[in-house]
Amino acid sequence: MYDWPILSVVTFLPVVGALLIVLMIRGDDEVAQRNARWVALWATLVTFLISLLLLIGFDASNTDFQFQENRAWLGDIAAYRMGLDGISMPFVLLTTLLMPMCILASWESIHVRVKEYMICFLVLETLMIGTFSSLDLLQFYIFFEGGLIPMFLIIGIWGGKRRIYATFKFFLYTLAGSVLMMLAIMAMYWQAGTTDIRVLLTHGFPPAMQTWLWLAFFASFAVKMPMWPVHTWLPDAHVEAPTAGSVILAGILLKMGGYGFLRFSLPMFPDASLYFAPLVYTLSVVAIIYTSLVALMQEDIKKLIAYSSVAHMGFVTMGIFTMTQEGIQGAVFQMVSHGFVSGALFLCVGVVYDRMHTREIAAYGGLVHRMPVYATFFMVFTMANVGLPGTSGFIGEFLTMLAAFGRNSWVAFFAATGVILSAAYALWLYRRVIFGPLEKESLKDILDVNRRELASLVPLLFFTILFGVWPGPILDACNVAVAAIVSRADVAAGAVKAAAALALY
Amino acid sequence: MTFSLAALGPALPEILLALAALFLVLFGAIAGPKSVDTVNGLALAALFAALVLVLLGPSEPAVLFGGSFQVDAYGRFLKVLTLLGSGGALAMSVDWLKIEKQSRFEFAVLILLSTLGMMMLISAGDLIALYMGLELMSLSLYVIAANNRDSVRSTEAGLKYFVLGALSSGMLLYGASLIYGFTGTVNFAKIAEAVHEPSLGLIFGIVFIFAGLAFKVSAVPFHMWTPDVYEGAPTPVTAFFGAAPKVAAIAVFVRFSMEALPNVVHQWQQIVVFISLASMVLGAFAAIGQKNLKRLMAYSSIGHMGYALVGLAAGTEEGVRGVLVYMTVYMAMTLGTFACILSMRRKDGMVENYEDLAGLARTSPVKAFMLAALMFSLAGIPPLAGFLAKYYVFLAAIQAGLYTLAVVGVLASVVGAFYYLRIVKVMYFDEPATPFEPMPAELKAVLAVSGLFTLLLFVYPAPLLAAAGVAARALF
Repeated sequence: MYDWPILSVVTFLPVVGALLIVLMIRGDDEVAQRNARWVALWATLVTFLISLLLLIGFDASNTDFQFQENRAWLGDIAAYRMGLDGISMPFVLLTTLLMPMCILASWESIHVRVKEYMICFLVLETLMIGTFSSLDLLQFYIFFEGGLIPMFLIIGIWGGKRRIYATFKFFLYTLAGSVLMMLAIMAMYWQAGTTDIRVLLTHGFPPAMQTWLWLAFFASFAVKMPMWPVHTWLPDAHVEAPTAGSVILAGILLKMGGYGFLRFSLPMFPDASLYFAPLVYTLSVVAIIYTSLVALMQEDIKKLIAYSSVAHMGFVTMGIFTMTQEGIQGAVFQMVSHGFVSGALFLCVGVVYDRMHTREIAAYGGLVHRMPVYATFFMVFTMANVGLPGTSGFIGEFLTMLAAFGRNSWVAFFAATGVILSAAYALWLYRRVIFGPLEKESLKDILDVNRRELASLVPLLFFTILFGVWPGPILDACNVAVAAIVSRADVAAGAVKAAAALALY
Repeated sequence: MTFSLAALGPALPEILLALAALFLVLFGAIAGPKSVDTVNGLALAALFAALVLVLLGPSEPAVLFGGSFQVDAYGRFLKVLTLLGSGGALAMSVDWLKIEKQSRFEFAVLILLSTLGMMMLISAGDLIALYMGLELMSLSLYVIAANNRDSVRSTEAGLKYFVLGALSSGMLLYGASLIYGFTGTVNFAKIAEAVHEPSLGLIFGIVFIFAGLAFKVSAVPFHMWTPDVYEGAPTPVTAFFGAAPKVAAIAVFVRFSMEALPNVVHQWQQIVVFISLASMVLGAFAAIGQKNLKRLMAYSSIGHMGYALVGLAAGTEEGVRGVLVYMTVYMAMTLGTFACILSMRRKDGMVENYEDLAGLARTSPVKAFMLAALMFSLAGIPPLAGFLAKYYVFLAAIQAGLYTLAVVGVLASVVGAFYYLRIVKVMYFDEPATPFEPMPAELKAVLAVSGLFTLLLFVYPAPLLAAAGVAARALF
């Protein structure tokens, strides 16, 4: 499409920005801090603009990976391979879109070690984009795991009171899940003779091996997703992380789990996926209902949103493992939508946190009287979180439940109760924070959102509504890629049926 | 057999080191204590010259002294590593010893002699040469462990190392005699020819030899000396212990297993799997409780030897390549970490606890960044060098079907990640403590080289991988 390696440029541009900060900006005074912020903002903005070229050049009807790049790298065991298809493309754009907002959200709230903060975020952006655009298994793993280092520092240095506990938990949980995936990658290498994802997609692993490989990948992605019962790191990490860290965590890092299921587990191990689908359904339904109930009882706004994220990811895993066109498309849509909505919700929390320095729900109340604009934004995002028709949250939940209904009506039934519960906790949160009389002294002179905050909230609002009424772009983009996954799953399902029929006679 | 001087060519680096050591001990004795700086400088020059000679040496394999001494690509790779490790450790120790008033010319001479022993060990072609190299290396190490002869801790470390080391040498000798008794030869290649069916006596011999070698690489269950010796010995000596001797001991471990025992892989594989597993797990759990950085590095090195042995346990060419990559990366990480530990000097003396690193990211950001990179690398987090090293050894283990070993190993690495992260946490998350004295130039240089190596290896790993591949092939 382009005669220059656009994907590598998009991936590594943020690191170039980070290097600029390292090399050009000296000292830690006001000027240096301001420069670091501006360099980071420009680096992320330029990355976003170039990534728009990906969108323009992307051919949604092409079944192959696009913008491919191949270079020798690690000798015989891995090579540098990049490329995008309809499943990864939305996530790359989501990443590049959310990053400038994260930088903006940290503009004033981060005032110690600003340089290091911006460097961490820029490096993290490179690692995230690389994760989504890798076409080599080992390269994917390196990007996927490498992201732990900047996130560890972000939570640990700029986090809240219990940040050290939270960041260690985050790091060790994720690492423990991932190392097993590393072993599975090695086993796949010896079985297929390559780590090229394009080859592995058509390789056809022996069914007995698939089971183990699936479990190893599941260990990693389930933690990352996170699925019940390995979700406990998420509320801690969210609560302690700085606002932008939460946005990235909820908006993108969680999606790596879902992306991994779609890229590896489903197409590479279709037999095992079929075999384990009931397990995933069960865990998803438990996640949806249990974490929604837990969310009801939270006294910390961020923790509540964190638990609601786990519930929403339950819809994603449920949708993915229906292995139907609408289920998977719904899951992709849900992930992108959740990226906007949860990101926006954390930004909203950040807005009041910057003013009040507390996230206790009880510390707020009646904000609508002083902050009408804020109340409006918060309402739209809350509604999108609940899944109100007309917002992007609705489409994903609807499609995944529709697909689940076709597979197993009980799963759909329980998932639907989760929607009711989500309305309960989200609306209750909204009532306690925004409505009611403005009684607390400390809130009497709170200011409404300023222009910088608007700049990051407005685009998210726009996309939330836009994709709510016009889901076409995302669904079309991933249509062909999803169809390929579904057809492979159907073949596996057909083989199982044939075997069962044979066994009958 | 006629003797010709030219036939000694391949052993030139060793001969040079031996002559240099002998010359320097005479020179030091005659010139007296004033000559320390000259001796140190000449010793470094000798190590460097030996390195050049190794690199320029013949590319085709050669066998000398009736099969006792073999020169091949495998040996060359490891000798380069050893010489770099010894040179780095010596360079780091010169200033430190002077400040601590422990400067003695014998120190450099002993380092030369022990390096000579290591090179002998790496090139050993039979059990006699193996024992000779091992003893030359170890005896020198015992003495330098007690280099600070007025300190009870240092002399205790030396004595402890000596007593336990002598015991392990005895076991190794006993094993060697058993193998000689059951095969009728001490030459590795001839042992391989003689051994087809494993006999009970031979297995006993292998077990005893492995016990002796496991002691030298400080693998569980022969690791007990490591924490005490690491902690008691002067810090530059600990840095030296952590790097070069480990490389040499692993080298001979691999060479002996691969060259002498290729036909009884299944028998010795079980032993290696066990010591590797036990080392990884013990290294991970025991280090958690350590506050002293030197003790912590001791347990960390036990764990890392476990990972290196994973490659040997596979018993394949890929495995040996993994071991070589692992030892290279391990040595860089160890030297870099010790460069940091050696620079933990305040006005009132050295400090050794990891809590003393508090807030290093703000008092000296570059050093903290490098040390953090080394810690993440030691924990095996991608994309740092430590990850690549782990990847190669586990890749070989998976190929060989050693799934339990691999699963337990990677899970142990998660446990181990905890204490490496704790050091990062202390440096980056905690409030700054009193800053350290400025870092001497040679420590800066070692830290910069090893830090950049671990940080950037993933960008262009091809040369290292190719060299390790060639070296591994030499054994098959």
